[in-house]
Amino acid sequence: MDKKSMKGWLYLLPAILFLGFFLVYPLIDVFIYSFEEGYNSASQTYYGVGLYNYAYVLRDPYFLQAVKNTFILVIITVPVSTGLALLISVGLSSIKPLRNLYQTVYFLPYVTNTLAVGLVFMILFKQTPYTDGLVNLILGWFGAGPVDFIDGPYWAKMFVLCFYTVWVVMPFKILILTSALASVNQSYYNAAKVDGTSRLRVFTKISLPMISPTVFYLIITGFIGAFKAYSDAVALFGANLNAAGMNTIVGYVYDMLYGDSGGYPSFASAAAIILFAIVLTITCINLLVSRKHVHYE
Amino acid sequence: MKVVLQNLTKKYPSRNKNSRGEVVAVNDFSFEIPDGQLIGLLGPSGCGKSTTLNLLSGLQKPTSGRIFFGDDDVTRLPAEKRGVGVVFQNYALYPHLTVLQNILFPLQNLKGKDRLSKSAMLEKANEVARLVQIDGLMDRRPSELSGGQQQRVAIARALVKMPRILLMDEPLSNLDARLRLQTREEIRRIQRETKITTVFVTHDQDEAMSISDMIVVMKDGVVQQIGKPQEVYDDPVNLFVAKFLGTPPINVFRGSVRGGRLYIGEDVLLRVNGVPDQQVFVGIRPEGFVLNDRGAFGCALGRVEVMGRDISVVAAHPNAESPTVRAIISAENRANVAAGEVRFDVKPGKVFLFNQATQERIRFKTDGRGSDT
Amino acid sequence: MDKHTDYAKLERAARTRKALASIAVYALLTVWAVIVLFPFYWMLLSSVKSYSAYNSEYIPQFFTLAPTLQNYVDAFTAVPLARYFANTLIFTVVTTLLMLAVTVLAAFAFARLNFRGRNLAFVAFLSLMMIPNELVIITNFVTITNLDLRNTFLGLILPSVTSVFYIYLLKENFAQVPDELYYAAKVDNTSDLKYLMKVMIPICKPTLVTITILKVIECWNSYVWPRLITDDQAYFLVSNGIQEIRENGFGRENVPAMMAAVVVISVPLIVLFLIFHKKIMAGVARGGTKG
Repeated sequence: MDKKSMKGWLYLLPAILFLGFFLVYPLIDVFIYSFEEGYNSASQTYYGVGLYNYAYVLRDPYFLQAVKNTFILVIITVPVSTGLALLISVGLSSIKPLRNLYQTVYFLPYVTNTLAVGLVFMILFKQTPYTDGLVNLILGWFGAGPVDFIDGPYWAKMFVLCFYTVWVVMPFKILILTSALASVNQSYYNAAKVDGTSRLRVFTKISLPMISPTVFYLIITGFIGAFKAYSDAVALFGANLNAAGMNTIVGYVYDMLYGDSGGYPSFASAAAIILFAIVLTITCINLLVSRKHVHYE
Repeated sequence: MKVVLQNLTKKYPSRNKNSRGEVVAVNDFSFEIPDGQLIGLLGPSGCGKSTTLNLLSGLQKPTSGRIFFGDDDVTRLPAEKRGVGVVFQNYALYPHLTVLQNILFPLQNLKGKDRLSKSAMLEKANEVARLVQIDGLMDRRPSELSGGQQQRVAIARALVKMPRILLMDEPLSNLDARLRLQTREEIRRIQRETKITTVFVTHDQDEAMSISDMIVVMKDGVVQQIGKPQEVYDDPVNLFVAKFLGTPPINVFRGSVRGGRLYIGEDVLLRVNGVPDQQVFVGIRPEGFVLNDRGAFGCALGRVEVMGRDISVVAAHPNAESPTVRAIISAENRANVAAGEVRFDVKPGKVFLFNQATQERIRFKTDGRGSDT
Repeated sequence: MDKHTDYAKLERAARTRKALASIAVYALLTVWAVIVLFPFYWMLLSSVKSYSAYNSEYIPQFFTLAPTLQNYVDAFTAVPLARYFANTLIFTVVTTLLMLAVTVLAAFAFARLNFRGRNLAFVAFLSLMMIPNELVIITNFVTITNLDLRNTFLGLILPSVTSVFYIYLLKENFAQVPDELYYAAKVDNTSDLKYLMKVMIPICKPTLVTITILKVIECWNSYVWPRLITDDQAYFLVSNGIQEIRENGFGRENVPAMMAAVVVISVPLIVLFLIFHKKIMAGVARGGTKG
């Protein structure tokens, strides 16, 4: 190799070392783990190769609960957050005074610590012997009975988890959508205006098709992000998510790896690979659907 | 539809935050546009012509003054209620819709009793597409069309709802030179056929002169002159209008009036009766020169450009405002041009005098050459 | 045209509709702003209520007339909050600096240097962007454990350094610097490294600032990896610290002190955001992901 090429690779070396050691090697290794049966992390031995880990994970009630939780979370939060973000972004784009202020405020959750603010949400929703909590106080004004959102019924807990997840993902979506809307040429709106187009029609016939690639990008990343949900749940329900019945697939992976029920990297690997098979499938479906509905210039 | 502008004024708060001042985009504009005419709003960029157009369409509201369409006061009426058609500078064709869908778009906005049946809409769209000659392109998307075709689609979309007036913002500026000539004829034809009162904005005087029934010359928000193109060209009210109209542009010299005679340098060009002694700007149209060996006005000859029917004599004069003086002479006179100095007589009707301070026109009567020979 | 159209009426109707529409828009926007801000208000409010006052409120009060800073004192004395804070600071600074060094060198190689296999290597790098963190974290956990790096800064930092996306972002920016500058520098006998430091980096400072801020936010809020790799409180970062406080906390359920801790760990990033909000938002719009 000539000197020039050596130099190029030398500049790349740190990146290659880091990526190779912490990204490429682990990627290969995780597949190996997932097929090694009865792996013992202490002695680093195993006694077979096969699909047992997958079979175990797929039969594990905790995993099935986690899959159910994750799917419910995804199905609720992705459409709700995307729709709400669209609504708010369109509203934001239609005003001038205070627009920057609103925009800045809306972005605030992006820079806050998910665990820390989750704690605040827990306090707001939690029912204790001393108090029903703020949310229950407000529910009371409308005549609804107190519900324990943190340790109570499944749907109450799922509601809080969805609510918090939406709260956390909105800043990114609003930001991306408002910049997409801002990049639509004003003259389209002027043209629509002199033609007497109603607000709804401007939105459905002009704004939405023009920003459809962005909306679609948000839906895909939204799906991927929601499938990987974990810290939001921890923040609300504590680290022992299995006990709360609110575990997510990612949470299951980590629990298998470490903690009270941990020490099973093989099961963790199998679960992680199942998760990404799901995510990959959903993303492919999304891409197929988008061909029909997204207008790319 | 007759359109009346009454003392129309539009002010913006100044962009500069430190000064509290205002920018006056349109200043006290009054004009009555007769029904069915094609009006060109003409001026350099920033002169307020586009703002005027936006005031007419209702996209902007005037600070003061009124606008009437026929007898209706539409000053405060929002754009969507005015029934105007607008062709935007970049055409603003919806890229995700086909040509047909673009043209149908305004019709589909109509509600209640104004709403047409599907087949009536299609019929109207096809009719206007035939008018602008794009009926073969109805299933294409805007990105698959040439600039000229996009322009036609934009016109069709503006016309399909039978607007009370049609507004066009720099309709030709996005086209190449050859298409521009062709398209402006097309606009003229379409306007003649539809008889819709049309206002278009341009910075290109050639464009405005060639197709307008009337032109409005604007500068810094103030209307300078309104009239038929030839009238404005032949009788400009001030130096700005004289300079802005005409290609090649008018030649401007520093001169003076002394004792009823017009001087440029030591040459006496014309008798100018009834003009008090003063320093003046003298504007002479390129076609206002006549070659004459013993002519009244001498210039240093630069070169001669042959342009077929005409020749263009490029000369220089120390009192000229620009480095070159250009005279258009019919080609038969070519033999008379020799090296060194070239001498001209001037046609009195092509010579305009302007006050040096105000740049306003000074009118004069003449009975010919200033010298007594 | 209909001669009897009542223009004044049309005008009024249009104006009323417009006013109603903008009232609706502002109402919607304000409701969401309240939902966004309320948790912050509540955490600030609760953090200045005294322990006894908070616990005696069966019906939560929306303000307090007797604010106290005692909870902040408790937050720093009863739990090692300062420790968590310092750990996070070290973790964030070191990780970000290492990331910058690695990223700048790699981006420079891809954007400026000509070497055999460059394009192939770049494609390979890009394909690494597809690898989800959740897959590789398992082996990394085992690796770090086997290397006996649990409960060390090294173990925390090393796997957090890599960011293929930032390399890509910076490479794109580097590539926009005109070639002429490079040739001019070569003629002046400037070394590649010096050119990188003196020309490329200053020109691309906005992008560097962006990726720095994004990385700082990421580090400050990281939870999963630190949770897996530390069980010794001496190495907890703020996210893990807050979780620890939540679970074992102050010996008793002390919500005001918890809220004080939450305020303390939220403040640095909020301050950073308030100062750089334009930059951060522009940066995230260009290259951020989350959610």
